[in-house]
Amino acid sequence: MPERGARPAASAEGLAILDFVRDTLALADVELRKLFRDPLELLTRAIQPTLWLLIFGQVMGRLKAIPTGNMSYLTFMVPGVLAQSVLFIAIFYGISVIWERDLGILQKLLATPAPRSALVLGKALSAGVRGLSQGFIIYLLALALHIPLRFRVGSIAGVAGFIILGSALFSTFSLSVACVVRTRERFMGVGQVLTMPLFFTSNAIYPLSIMPPWLRALAKVNPLSYQVDALRTLMVQGGQSVFGLGKDFTVLLLGLVFLVLITAKLYPNVVQ
Amino acid sequence: MDQNAEVALPAVETLGLTRRFGSLWAVSELSLEIAAGSIFGLLGPNGAGKTTTIKMLTTMLAPSAGTARVAGFDVVRHPVEVRRSMGYVSQMVSADGALTGYENLLLFARLYAIPRRLRRQRILDALEFMGLSESASQLVRNYSGGMIRRLEIAESMMHRPAVLFLDEPTVGLDPVARHAVWGHLRGLREQFGTTILMTTHDMEEADELCETLAIMNLGRVVAIGSPASLKAEVGSQANLDDVFIHYAGGSIEQGGNYRDIARTRRTASRLG
Repeated sequence: MPERGARPAASAEGLAILDFVRDTLALADVELRKLFRDPLELLTRAIQPTLWLLIFGQVMGRLKAIPTGNMSYLTFMVPGVLAQSVLFIAIFYGISVIWERDLGILQKLLATPAPRSALVLGKALSAGVRGLSQGFIIYLLALALHIPLRFRVGSIAGVAGFIILGSALFSTFSLSVACVVRTRERFMGVGQVLTMPLFFTSNAIYPLSIMPPWLRALAKVNPLSYQVDALRTLMVQGGQSVFGLGKDFTVLLLGLVFLVLITAKLYPNVVQ
Repeated sequence: MDQNAEVALPAVETLGLTRRFGSLWAVSELSLEIAAGSIFGLLGPNGAGKTTTIKMLTTMLAPSAGTARVAGFDVVRHPVEVRRSMGYVSQMVSADGALTGYENLLLFARLYAIPRRLRRQRILDALEFMGLSESASQLVRNYSGGMIRRLEIAESMMHRPAVLFLDEPTVGLDPVARHAVWGHLRGLREQFGTTILMTTHDMEEADELCETLAIMNLGRVVAIGSPASLKAEVGSQANLDDVFIHYAGGSIEQGGNYRDIARTRRTASRLG
């Protein structure tokens, strides 16, 4: 009899975390292979941020109505548009779990010993890589518009880190919604309802300082504000953090961990 | 858990296994014993409770009452050990068409924690066993229906599971592909001693492949035995169709729901 059901001793306490990391990366790896094999999606996703920067940003910039301190409005807006385009990808990411349920892929993944949290985080990381592709496009656009960017390695690595963190957080949120609503039609409805409020109650296209108090209160509990704050600090010259980079990071990371744990619990609901 | 006793224990054992959805008793008081190394068929009209039973045995759905053990592990108390000891092939076309055959297997080799040094060899062995060696680097979207099904079985056996669950393994396949899948399933049992629990609507398949059949209707097992003994009980000239109609005929027009039927038709049309 060959080693029946043998799983190596890697499941011993200290090594469980290695299993978790391996499973998470295995799932992210698969998503990336698919993405690079068929990158058309990434190009079509570039259209929306281009419109925001070339049309909305240019027009609003002429008004000089929004106080953005030592930087032009367009400069102020670039990190906001980056955060927004990352959000728009991530917030619809949850539909993939419904899609995979309908294809039988999810059932098969749930039948493996991989921890549910690794299934969730693997998806979240692949949303992060999609977000990075947006970052690349927006850097190119910003260069074309002569936006004063920071090019130090540390700044760019920081931007990449906050893109991945924000994408992972909002895509996990989206997965948790998918686990509750469980059909594509309902999910699309809910997705539409979520994106605009998240966007408008953040500091993406106007600063906290000009918000009425009630909106400022909402912006301060909206994780998108922390992502925008970090991106603005790291990406453009003259960017100054309102919350502090440490707080931005902590809020986003804690939010992600919390949502991964919740979603891992909800995950099996989708197939029932 | 006493590993030495594993061989003598039934591979699957349920006692009073029950699942209710509101007022519907999808599975009531199911008590089964499936001998290690046997091929066991679960028959019954749509909605009889076959899929719900498989979901409970594969730890995707919690029982409302009763107990179940797979490879000696309780499905509620030790779900991860159960998942390590089993393989699962969904009725749906669940291989990823955007990946190659090899990549599909690589994902599951990782999720089933096959050690890195064994991984490549296990994948190559599985491909060879299923007659897919020459198509390993092709995208699965170019596979035939029979090849996809064989790849899915390969995915579920790389970790040498003690028990393999198959949901309608040959739905939508032509006769040549169907016979090829049967040959591979018999080979699995002979080479690795795998216990196979399958659901099917195909009476020829049940007759050819299974040593024991249980017919379910309205959540209960209404008949159980070898294909020959079941036929003999119904009449001297009876075939399995007659047996099925004899035990389940009364409710055949009530069972199933829209989603189950849509799923089966979709699988059949994608493979055909």
